[in-house]
Amino acid sequence: MTGVRVSMTVNGVEYTRDVEPRTLLVYFLREHLGLTGTHVGCDTSTCGACTVLMDGKAVKSCTVLAVQAEGARITTVEGLARDGELHPIQQAFWDEHGLQCGFCTPGMMLAAVDLLQRNPNPTEDEIRHALEGNLCRCTGYQHIVNAVKAASRIMGAAVGAPAGGE
Amino acid sequence: MIPATFEYVRARSVREAISLLQQHGGRAKLLAGGHSLLPLMKLRLSQPEMLIDLGPVDELRGIREEGGSLVIGALTTHDEVANSPLVRERVPLLAECASQIGDVQVRNRGTIGGNLAHADPAADYPAAALALEAQLECEGPAGSRTVPASQWFVDLLTTALGPDEVLCRVRVPVQTKGQGWSYIKLPHPASGYSLLGVACLVTVDGGVCRDARVAVTGAGPKAVRLTKVEQALVGKRLEEATVAEAARLASDGLEASDDLYASAEYKRHLAVVYTKRALLRAAERAAG
Ligand SMILES: Cc1cc2nc3c(=O)[nH]c(=O)nc-3n(C[C@H](O)[C@H](O)[C@H](O)COP(=O)(O)OP(=O)(O)OC[C@H]3O[C@@H](n4cnc5c(N)ncnc54)[C@H](O)[C@@H]3O)c2cc1C
Ligand code: FES
Ligand code: FES
Repeated sequence: MTGVRVSMTVNGVEYTRDVEPRTLLVYFLREHLGLTGTHVGCDTSTCGACTVLMDGKAVKSCTVLAVQAEGARITTVEGLARDGELHPIQQAFWDEHGLQCGFCTPGMMLAAVDLLQRNPNPTEDEIRHALEGNLCRCTGYQHIVNAVKAASRIMGAAVGAPAGGE
Repeated sequence: MIPATFEYVRARSVREAISLLQQHGGRAKLLAGGHSLLPLMKLRLSQPEMLIDLGPVDELRGIREEGGSLVIGALTTHDEVANSPLVRERVPLLAECASQIGDVQVRNRGTIGGNLAHADPAADYPAAALALEAQLECEGPAGSRTVPASQWFVDLLTTALGPDEVLCRVRVPVQTKGQGWSYIKLPHPASGYSLLGVACLVTVDGGVCRDARVAVTGAGPKAVRLTKVEQALVGKRLEEATVAEAARLASDGLEASDDLYASAEYKRHLAVVYTKRALLRAAERAAG
C-alpha cells in the first residue's frame, strides 16, 4: 500500500505526512502528530469524543479520512488555549464543573465552540440541541450546559475575543 | 475500527470522476462526506478497492436560483442547506428536513448528493425530495440526464444512478405562496436516523386543498409517496377531522419492516400519527 501525501494545518502548525489512505483523521492526530487530547470513544460516529474543528466546523474525526483533510485547518483541544491562557470555553468548564472524568470534554468543548461561533448567545435549548452529537457518561449534562452558557457570557463580555481555533 | 485497505484518488472535476469510474469499474466508489460510506467500510460491510474523492470538485458546490427552482450542488452539506437563507426562504421544507438530520457534526460533513445516492431507508432527504418533486441531475459517459425523485428510489440502498454516473445537482422547485409544508420525524434515540419521518407540502386556495404531497421515510426499504392520503385531501378543507381521516390511510398498504428497535406494526402506527401531525402543521402554515 503506497502512502498518499497530505498537508493540513493543525492548531496553526502546518504538517505534511505520507499516510495510508485508510488512516482516520483521529488516528492521524493522535498517533502521527501525538495530539492525544482528541479521544476515541465509540469509533462509530455516535459519541462525539473525537470532535475537532475542520475549517471552523465541528466534525467527528473518527469518520473523516486524514486524506480528506487535505488543505484544511484543524483545531483540536490542544489548540484552544493561547499563550498559557485558557480559552473561555475551557475556563467555563473549569468554573462550572462541566466535567467529571473528562473523557468527553475535548469533544464537548469543540462542539460548543462551533455553536458559539454561530450563535454567541444561545438559549439552554439551543445548547442542548447543539450538543446532541456528544455523549457524556458522567455529568448528566446540566453542568456542561451551564459551562457553555458561562462561556457565552465571558466571550460576550470580551468583545473582539476570538471565537476559537488557531 | 479501521477500514480495509483501498487506493485513494482525488477527482478534480466531474469529467475526471466519470473517467475514473469507467476505468476502475465495480471496484471503485465515489466518496463525498463519507458519513454513510466510512461507517460501512469500518464495519467491513463495504470494501471498495478504490475511493474516488469528490471533495475537490468545486463545480459540485453551491446553491443558486434558476428558473423557478433552486439548484443545489451534490456536495452541499446538510448544514449548508439547513442554514442557507435562500433555501430557508424558497424551499423551507428542505431546510426543515436538513436541520433534523443526525447531529451538528453529521450535518457539517454529510452531503445532499451522498444522502440521495446512498438511499438509506431511514434517511430524511428522500422523503423531502419526493414531496418537493425534486429532479436529480446526473452526468455519465453518455452525457447528462435528469431523473425525477419519483423514479430515483428503486429499492433498499438502490437508486436509478448508473454505475459510471455522478449525481451532480438536485433541482428543487421553489415553494409558492399558499403552500404549507412540514417535515417531522421520530429520531432513533441512538443514531438520530428516522425511525419514521414524514414530509408534506399542501397547496391551499380559497381554504380548499388543491394539491397534497405526502412522503414517508423509515418504514420500509425506501421512501414512498402516500398517494391514498394525498387523494383523500384534495378538494377538502384541511380541518382536523378531515386530516385525521386521511392520515388513517397512511398505513394502508405501506410496506414496513421489523428492525431491532421497532416492529413493522409500530412503524405503521407511527406513519398514521406522524402523517396527521405533519399535515396539521402544514395546513396551519398554508393558512399563514
Ligand atoms: C451518526 C450518524 C447519524 C446520521 N443520521 C442521519 C439522519 O438522521 N438522517 C439522514 O438522512 N442521514 C443520517 N446520516 C447519514 C448522513 O446524512 C450521510 O452524510 C449521508 O447519508 C451520506 O452522505 P455523504 O456525503 O456522507 O456520502 P458518502 O458516505 O460519501 O457516500 C454515500 C454513498 O453515496 C455515493 N455517492 C456520494 N456522493 C455521490 C455523488 N455525488 N454521486 C453519486 N454517488 C455518490 C458513494 O459512493 C456512497 O456509495 C447519519 C450518519 C451518521 C454517521
Ligand atoms: S469516537 Fe468518533 S464519534 Fe465516538
Ligand atoms: S465527564 Fe466523563 S464522560 Fe463526560
